[in-house]
Amino acid sequence: MIEIGLGHYLTLGAVIFSIGVIGIFLNRKNIIVILMSIELILLAVNINLVSFSIYLGDLTGQVFTLFILTVAAAEAAIGLAIIVVYYRNAGTIRVEEIDKLKG
Amino acid sequence: MEAHAIFFYVFSIIAVISAIMVTVSKNTIHSVFFLILDFISISCLFIMIGAEFLGMIMLIVYVGAVAVLFLFVVMMLNVAQQKNQWFNSETTSSSHIPVGLIISTIIFFELIIVVGGWKYKPELSNPNTTQISNEISNTHSLGQVLYTDYIHIFQISGMILLIAMIGAIVLTFRRREGVKTQSYFKQISRERSEGIEVLEVQSNKGVKIDD
Repeated sequence: MIEIGLGHYLTLGAVIFSIGVIGIFLNRKNIIVILMSIELILLAVNINLVSFSIYLGDLTGQVFTLFILTVAAAEAAIGLAIIVVYYRNAGTIRVEEIDKLKG
Repeated sequence: MEAHAIFFYVFSIIAVISAIMVTVSKNTIHSVFFLILDFISISCLFIMIGAEFLGMIMLIVYVGAVAVLFLFVVMMLNVAQQKNQWFNSETTSSSHIPVGLIISTIIFFELIIVVGGWKYKPELSNPNTTQISNEISNTHSLGQVLYTDYIHIFQISGMILLIAMIGAIVLTFRRREGVKTQSYFKQISRERSEGIEVLEVQSNKGVKIDD
């Protein structure tokens, strides 16, 4: 309990990952919270990579965390731009009202 | 070692609680603020565990850029006052909520099983090239690896950022009607003959400008 090892960090990553997945499914409000849940999932992945990198003594995990950070920033920018355009055209971003692709 | 444990538990409990609040809070603005709190506590964990550069980059990139971007979009779209309706299900079919709960519980227990059960090959725990050394700082060693071994991936990630920037601009660009703007093409394709005219000025008569 006192000795903090790799397992503690991996458990924290697993908890945050699961909360992110729950957030995607539970959300009925707007699609921005879904994007935030995706950011939470990427954060959990980053926790896993960094803790493995530290506890195994290998720097590669931290390098890949940097690239995940880059891709997450790009994804957030593009996703928010798409949301802005959708709101401008449709007037709403509520999740249950976005059904234009329903056949 | 006890200080490490205390700080780990404090930061991780804050992180987990704020992650839950991101998901369930009624106001989207509050969700963004809890997301910021989550990123801050996780970056404190990173700094504590010895990845200082990544902790600082997390602070700069997530708190300074991404979370503020979320905040701007939430305030711009005027969706902050919308009620969170994932509990009352009279309007929509909420049949995928239990499915989501089951799937995320399964994912959680799979990850926990992985935590309890891993064993590595011995050569995996002795990396040959990119070992973390104790002589130089974390930033220094990351720089040494990032600009040599991973230079191509580094440049590709720069290209990804450029394309994301161009894409965001192209998506949200809107040409409004009735706004006076410069037309560079018209400006530089103007010639001398349509700009000026040389007139012979008669004395005592002046010049009559017809327009």
